[in-house]
Amino acid sequence: MLETLVTGIIGGQITEAMFRSIGRLLFGFIIASTLGLFLGYLIWRFKLIDDTLGFLVVALQSIPSIVWLPLAIVWFGLGEAAILFVVTIGATWTMTMNTTSGFKNVPPLYQRVAKTFGSSGFHLLRTVIIPASVPQIISGMRLAWAFSWRALMAGELLGAGGGLGHLLETGRSLGQMDLVISVMIIIAIIGTIIDNVVFSKLDRSVQKKWGLSS
Amino acid sequence: MYLSLEGVEKSFRNNMNSEIKVLDDISFHIEKGQFVSIVGPSGCGKSTLLYLISGLEKASKGKIEVDGEAVNKPGPDRVVVFQEDGLFPWATVLDNVTYGLLLKKMPKKEAEQKALEMLKLVHLSNYVDAYPHQLSGGMKHRVSIARALVMDPDILLMDEPFAALDEQTRMTLHHELLEIWRRTKVTVLFVTHNIREAVLLSQKIIVMGTRPGNIKTTFPVKTTQDGITPDGVTLDLEQKILAALEEEMEKVLKEELGDDYSFKTGSVHRDTSGDMGSGI
Repeated sequence: MLETLVTGIIGGQITEAMFRSIGRLLFGFIIASTLGLFLGYLIWRFKLIDDTLGFLVVALQSIPSIVWLPLAIVWFGLGEAAILFVVTIGATWTMTMNTTSGFKNVPPLYQRVAKTFGSSGFHLLRTVIIPASVPQIISGMRLAWAFSWRALMAGELLGAGGGLGHLLETGRSLGQMDLVISVMIIIAIIGTIIDNVVFSKLDRSVQKKWGLSS
Repeated sequence: MYLSLEGVEKSFRNNMNSEIKVLDDISFHIEKGQFVSIVGPSGCGKSTLLYLISGLEKASKGKIEVDGEAVNKPGPDRVVVFQEDGLFPWATVLDNVTYGLLLKKMPKKEAEQKALEMLKLVHLSNYVDAYPHQLSGGMKHRVSIARALVMDPDILLMDEPFAALDEQTRMTLHHELLEIWRRTKVTVLFVTHNIREAVLLSQKIIVMGTRPGNIKTTFPVKTTQDGITPDGVTLDLEQKILAALEEEMEKVLKEELGDDYSFKTGSVHRDTSGDMGSGI
């Protein structure tokens, strides 16, 4: 099995699938984060959108993202676009909810301070609302990352177009258990690295800067 | 007349949808460069009054003018120092102080230069790159005062800025505030519930009554040439203000504790700080 893992990485089979998956993941994650931030802003800013879309987002968030795949296949066909769609939609709602609650929880004092200095509108959003909700936004991104990672694997298992999930499926159909386990190890490693290194570090540096932890 | 209020009224709508009048017929004038305090029992609307002048809230009736211009929105000419320091935790001390200047489209270099000068004035030159959580309570307040003063405001509005501090820190900051006021000649409107603080700092004291908030009396504070008030004058004035307030406090207590509560004159606990029950 170790042999498969090593030759797979060197030979390019696993490496290629890995980059393919990560590429998709990043793409979907970036779209989801941006969309989540934007939707979160709209919900925070407009009462009407909060009452309508805000409620809908909570409902949508409870749908496991893979459930969207059949619909995605009908819309985009079995391929790249369908998987991207699932990845994106899996992460958008959590991001939206976290952004909204981050924005809503900005202490009124900071906003008052900024307003007495003459800040308003977009400037207030850029210099106070967003920086003040950074901790919440980061934890939103962390969750969004986890959700899209799961959605990606499920999507690739069922869909087509290469990637780690697809490689798993190949391993299964050929009865190559060593390949299957190798891919699982890779998945675990990537997940751990991203979560524990990138997001934890980001989280800690913010906590330290704000004096929330020593 | 620099700051002038003419028949200002403010009502809020409560959740039962009835109007509650918090401020009624407030009129007073402040000259340029004066240090004026507003004292009153808690809940008399002194903070609301300050917010009206700052433009954060709108008066229901009446006129508020600064230098002949009507106030209708917040502006950098009337900066507020709040009870909590309100420093942005994500920004360094320097970035906090330059915030308002950069908002005024001042070049970054110039803004930083000015901020550094102001931080020197409040003795914080060594903490320029620190984050707010690394500072003590008193230091945070000094930053927030520097942040307000650096704007060269026409009027500095202070909403119980030292209420949350310990006695020693408060005394130091009183001293520093007076020093800064003498140097910059800024007009200060200082809201407090601490009578002694008001007497020590200001040239004029406005005593507010409650339910609805109104102006009860005004006391001028006699000071010597260099702005020092002799102890005898201070004590006498404190007594007078306290007497004026007792009536108001009785009103509040009756409302809160029921009509059978009778409030005896002179029964107010008078500790050295002259605190009017800040901890209630």
